[in-house]
Amino acid sequence: MDIILITGFSLSYADGTEGLKNITLGIPANQITVMLGPAGGGKSTLMRAINRLNDLADVISMTGSIIVDGLDVNDPKTNLVELRRKVGMVFARPVPLPLSIRQNITYGLEVAGITDKNRLEAVVEQTLKDAVLWDEVKDRLDSPGVALSGGQQQRLCLARTLALDPRVILLDEPTSGLDPISTAKIEDSLQLLKKRYTIVLAPHSVQQASRTADFAAFFLQGELIETARGKDLFTMPKDKRTQDYVEGRFG
Amino acid sequence: MKEQAPLPERIITRGIQAAGYSSILFVLLILYFLISEGAPAVFEVPLKDLLTVRWYPIEAYFGILPLLLGSLIVTLGAALIAIPAGVGTAVFISEVAPGWMKEILKPLVEVLAGFPSVMLGFLGILIVSPGLRQALRLPTGLTALTGSLLLAGIAIPTIVSIAEDALNNVPRAYREASWAVGATRWQTIWGVTLPAARSGVLMAVILGVGRSIGETMAVMMVTGNAPVMPLKWNALFSPIRTMTATIASEMGEVATGSTHYHVLFLIGIILFLISLAVNITATMIVFRRPKRSERILS
Ligand SMILES: Nc1ncnc2c1ncn2[C@@H]1O[C@H](COP(=O)(O)OP(=O)(O)OP(=O)(O)O)[C@@H](O)[C@H]1O
Ligand SMILES: [Mg+2]
Repeated sequence: MDIILITGFSLSYADGTEGLKNITLGIPANQITVMLGPAGGGKSTLMRAINRLNDLADVISMTGSIIVDGLDVNDPKTNLVELRRKVGMVFARPVPLPLSIRQNITYGLEVAGITDKNRLEAVVEQTLKDAVLWDEVKDRLDSPGVALSGGQQQRLCLARTLALDPRVILLDEPTSGLDPISTAKIEDSLQLLKKRYTIVLAPHSVQQASRTADFAAFFLQGELIETARGKDLFTMPKDKRTQDYVEGRFG
Repeated sequence: MKEQAPLPERIITRGIQAAGYSSILFVLLILYFLISEGAPAVFEVPLKDLLTVRWYPIEAYFGILPLLLGSLIVTLGAALIAIPAGVGTAVFISEVAPGWMKEILKPLVEVLAGFPSVMLGFLGILIVSPGLRQALRLPTGLTALTGSLLLAGIAIPTIVSIAEDALNNVPRAYREASWAVGATRWQTIWGVTLPAARSGVLMAVILGVGRSIGETMAVMMVTGNAPVMPLKWNALFSPIRTMTATIASEMGEVATGSTHYHVLFLIGIILFLISLAVNITATMIVFRRPKRSERILS
């Protein structure tokens, strides 16, 4: 079953760039959907559109529709807070809030009105474990989140998103700052997490894409070129451009 | 060996040096003058007489406490009004107002920041003071509160302008990160944006309130000029007199070299020390070595 339905969606930036052109795509629940493609393909733009985070960016026009779990994202009546509790996002460049490690994780729960100390503590520990960060920070939960290394910040942001227990998690290059061992751990963790969540992933390499994908979509300069179940996109691509990309001839 | 700079370069360098040194020299001269005229007061009037509650120079009562307290009350009142109003306005302009409204409000604030204070005093006498008298049924509208309102009017544009800059400099990514975990716009402003802009906002408050401490004209025009001890609960609603107003109104008539003359300069020294303290605090906040976390942030 598709939890996100994108229909004829186009988006333009104020400088005239067509970020996305007429995208139609369904994202299956409780699977890992991989969006891949060369730089500037529109992967980040689409993720931000799903979470309605483009409001501060210089977007001048959006047409078409995005429905997340029955919620019309671009309907002015849609409750954005509700939407963002359903759809969590980890940005390509990690942005820890200017708070402590612990507060970074509890912030989203606290603004939702949850103040039960024991529950917050439990969430902090569980999500840091899911994000493979617990062992590195368990002794300094009160130091500032920005004092972590880039890769640790990335995992902190993943934990922060998991803390909200959303339906969908959008991960924009979540392992770009990580060493191969941590990357492998995160990928293993994602395989467990997909039982509970729908995961949308912009991978940082074609290898990662083919390792993790249950469903794959190839983006090129704002267009959706091809989609395929399982590993088919990597083993038998239909479009010449997809083939060139997955075989490493460009991008 | 050091290479010789071309002649025009050297002339320019020397010129700038001269300008820099001379301005330091002038400040030192002023300071010297202030101290040499004010210091004798300490010998002519014993400290215990200075620290009394009666200011009546004609009969040689030189108690400066009512003036000190007068300044304090007016400034404190101004700060209580100006800080929430100024920071609130800055938040509105930076975080809430739509783009076109920002384009109008920002230059408007800059214009207001340069508004001459005599004009404000004029408005105070014509509008604020009678308005206040009627609204609160006071015997006179020339009160400490009137002064506080005007000083707040002077401080607010400065606070708004600097605090708005500080908020603007908070990276957009912080706001988006906060929204992405389901925080509302107000939760984001209160929990993330304002704390991230903390030192800039603090600086805005200090500079704004600091500007109002030394302010003379507006305050002299509307506070009633009564050097009485503002101690009762209704001090804010009665006439008082500040240090600056005392100097400005009495300096013209005083005999040069008299005790009264020296005491007025002593008040000047006290004012100088207060604004020095404010400035040092402000500089320490802005130039203090940032903590590790903050360095990474910026
Ligand atoms: N704020 C913006 N203003 C104008 N153009 C933008 C903005 N953000 C992105 N773009 C443009 O939109 C297009 C798609 O960018 P996007 O960031 O979505 O690509 P991407 O697929 O995520 O690339 P990458 O793999 O490099 O992360 C690019 O041409 C980019 O220049
Ligand atoms: Mg991207």
